[in-house]
Amino acid sequence: MTASLTRREALAAGFGTVLLPATLSAQPAQKPAEFKIGVTTFLSGPASVFGVPSRKACELLVEQMNAAGGIAGVPLRPIFVDEAPGTDHLVGEFRRLVQSEGVHAMFQSISSGSCLACTPLSRELQKLTILWDCGTQRIFEENRWDYAFRTQGYGTPEVLAPLLYLLKTKPNIRTLAVINQDYAWGRDSWELWKAAMDALKPGVRVVAEMFPRFGSTDFSTEITRLLALRPDVIYSTSWGGELVTFVRQATERRLHERSTFVLPVAEASLPALGRSMPEGHIIGTRGDHWNNHPAPANPQLFASFVNAYRQRFNEWPIYPCHHMAQALWALKAGLEKAVAAKNGGWPSDAELANAFRGLTFPTPTSTITLREDGQGLEDQIVGLSSFNERFPFSVPKEMMLFPGAQVSAPVGQKSTDWLKTLTPDFIQQAGRSI
Amino acid sequence: MRKIEPILAVLLAAAMIAAAIAAPWLRFVLTIALAKGIAVLGIMLLLRAGQVSFGHALYVAFGAYVVAFLAPRLNDAVLLLAAAAVGAGLLGLLIGLFVARYRQIFFGMLNLAMCMVFYSLLEKLYHITRGSDGIRVEVMPVAGQALDRVAYEWAIFGIALALALGLGILLRLYLSSPMGEALAGIKTRETRLEFMGVPARGVLLSAYVISAVVGGIGGALIAMTSRHVTPLLSYWTASGELVFIAILGGAGGVLGPFLGAAAYELIRVYAAASFADAWQMILGAALLLVILFAPGGLWGMAGRLAGGRGR
Repeated sequence: MTASLTRREALAAGFGTVLLPATLSAQPAQKPAEFKIGVTTFLSGPASVFGVPSRKACELLVEQMNAAGGIAGVPLRPIFVDEAPGTDHLVGEFRRLVQSEGVHAMFQSISSGSCLACTPLSRELQKLTILWDCGTQRIFEENRWDYAFRTQGYGTPEVLAPLLYLLKTKPNIRTLAVINQDYAWGRDSWELWKAAMDALKPGVRVVAEMFPRFGSTDFSTEITRLLALRPDVIYSTSWGGELVTFVRQATERRLHERSTFVLPVAEASLPALGRSMPEGHIIGTRGDHWNNHPAPANPQLFASFVNAYRQRFNEWPIYPCHHMAQALWALKAGLEKAVAAKNGGWPSDAELANAFRGLTFPTPTSTITLREDGQGLEDQIVGLSSFNERFPFSVPKEMMLFPGAQVSAPVGQKSTDWLKTLTPDFIQQAGRSI
Repeated sequence: MRKIEPILAVLLAAAMIAAAIAAPWLRFVLTIALAKGIAVLGIMLLLRAGQVSFGHALYVAFGAYVVAFLAPRLNDAVLLLAAAAVGAGLLGLLIGLFVARYRQIFFGMLNLAMCMVFYSLLEKLYHITRGSDGIRVEVMPVAGQALDRVAYEWAIFGIALALALGLGILLRLYLSSPMGEALAGIKTRETRLEFMGVPARGVLLSAYVISAVVGGIGGALIAMTSRHVTPLLSYWTASGELVFIAILGGAGGVLGPFLGAAAYELIRVYAAASFADAWQMILGAALLLVILFAPGGLWGMAGRLAGGRGR
C-alpha cells in the first residue's frame, strides 16, 4: 500500500472532478491526437447562402492542411453546428462543443447576434474563440475579451471604404437614399455610413430612409419611391437573396440609370445575379479577396485556393469562403507561434489565446494583423461593377485599396465617435488605386 | 395514473439533477428545458379548453425582455422573476380581455398576430431594444447573494426546478378545481356551461392570464440562462415550438409539458450534434411518430406503460 486515500480525500477528489470544469484544473496540456474546431455557421435559413459555402471552404482547406501534416503535426477536425435555431440553442451548443466534445478552438459565427451572445462564453469557458465572419462593431468596442479574436474586418471599415470610394469618384453628390434590411446590421451599417458621410461631406441630403422587412421579396413600393425621388446615390447593405431580388426588380424599372448604387456586401450575390447586375455601380466584398484581385500578395496560393474550390464544388468562392480561410490561416499561424514559444511543447488554452494578440498572419491577398484589442485589420477593396470574359458575373474594375488600419476605428474608440472626427481632407489621403 | 404522477415527477427531477451533475453542458440544456416546460404549462391549460394559442411566445419574450431591461436597475434574480411574472400577467389580462372572446382558429390567429406585433416592435424600436443583436444579461445576484458563474448557473437550475415543481402542483390543484374542470366544459359544449351559470369568458380569461404568467416566468428563466435575449424569442416559430412541445408531451397532466420539453431539447441537441444538416427533419419525424402512434403524447405513453389510462 503505497498511496492510500483517506475518505475525505476521496470525497474531495470525487467532487473536484465533478464540480471543477476541466479547464480550471492545472494540468500541463497534452498534445492532442487531433485538433478539434467547433464551427458555428448557418446550415439552414436565408443566411445559409453564406453558411453552406463557408462550410465547403472549411472542409476543403482542412483536407488540404491535413494532407500536408496538419498544424504543428496535429490533424484538424471541424465540427459544424447550425446557427439557425436561435440564441438559446446556439449558446447551449457552444457549451456542448467545449465541455462535451472538448474542442480546442471555436469558430463563430455569421450573425452578429450570435457573436454577441457567444463571445462572453469564450471568457467563461476560457476557450480560444475566433470570430470568423460577423461584423458588429460592438464586440470589441464595448468589452475586452482575452480569448476572442476577429480574423477579418468589421462593419466600420466595410462601410467607410465604399463611402470613401464614392466621395473620391463622385465628389459632387447631393442627395442619397438608403434601403436596408430591417434588422441590426441594416440599422448599424446605416448609422455608421450617416456618421461618416456627415463628417466627410456635410450637406448631402438624405431623401429617404427605407427599412423593408427582413426577408422581403417585393420592393416595388420602395422602387417607385426611389424613381420619384431621383437620389444621386442609393445605399444598401442588403445581402443574399434580398439583394438579388432588389437589384433585379430595380434594374427592370431602370432605377440604375438614374442613380448610382453603393452595395458594400454585393460580392456574395453577384454570381446569382449574373449578367443582370448593371455596370458602373460601387460594389464591395467585406475585404480584399475579390476573385479578380489584380495583385494578390501570393498569387499562386490565391489561385490554388480559388481553383481547388471551383473544381471541387463547381462554383466560385464568395467572401464567406475567404473569411473562413482567413480564420484557418490565422489558426495555423497562431498555433505554430504558440508551439514555437514553448519550444515544441503543447500550449495551454491561455497560452494559445495569448499567441493571437498582435499576431500578423499571411493571407493569399495580403496580411492581417490582429490588434491589441483582438480586432483584425483587413484591407478593403472597392470597385465599379463591370464584366469581362473570365467571369460569367459582375466583378469590379477601377479598384481602390483601403488599408485596414486606415479605415478602422482606433483601439479604445467607438466607431461612431471616431467617424465624427473625420474631416473632408481624409477623402484624398485615404486609399490608392490598384 | 394520477397516483403515480408525483412519483414520476420526483423521478424525473432526480434524473435531471443527476444529468446536470454528470455533464455541465447538459445543465444548461436542462435549465432551458425546464423554463420551456413551465411556459408550456400555459399552453396545456388552454388546450384543456380546446384552444390552441399560436402566440404564446409573446409572453415568453416579454418575460425575457423584462429581465433584460430591468436587470441593470433591479439587480436580483428573484425580484426579476416576480417582475416578469407580474408584467406578463398584466399583459395577458389586457390581451386576454378581447382574445378570450374568440375560439378555435380565431383565437389561435389573434394570438399569433399579437406575438408578431411584439416581434416587429422589438425589431423596429432598434435604438431601445438593439434589434436582432439583442441585449446581454449579466450574471446577477440571487436573493441578495452575489454568486460566481458556476454557482449562479446551479442557482438558476435549482430555481427552475423548484418553480417547475411548485407551479406543477399549483396547476394540478387548479385543474381539479371547479374553475379547471370548467375548462373542459368550454371544449365540449360552452352553451351548457353558461346554462349552469358559469361564465365561460371568465373561465377562459383566468386560464389565459395564468398561462401568460407562467409564460413570463419561463421567459425570465430563459433570459437568465442563455443570458442574451433576441427578438427571435417572439417569432412565430418560437410559438410553434411551444405548441410542438405541448403535443409531444401530451396535454393529459402537468408532467406532460416537462416530459415534452426535456425530450424536445434533448432530441434537438443530439440531432444537431449527429446530423447538423438534418436536425429539423429528425425533430419533425419525432413529432409525426408521436402524433401517429401516441396521440396522448409522451405522457399518454407513460400512462399506458404504467398500466393505467392517460387522461
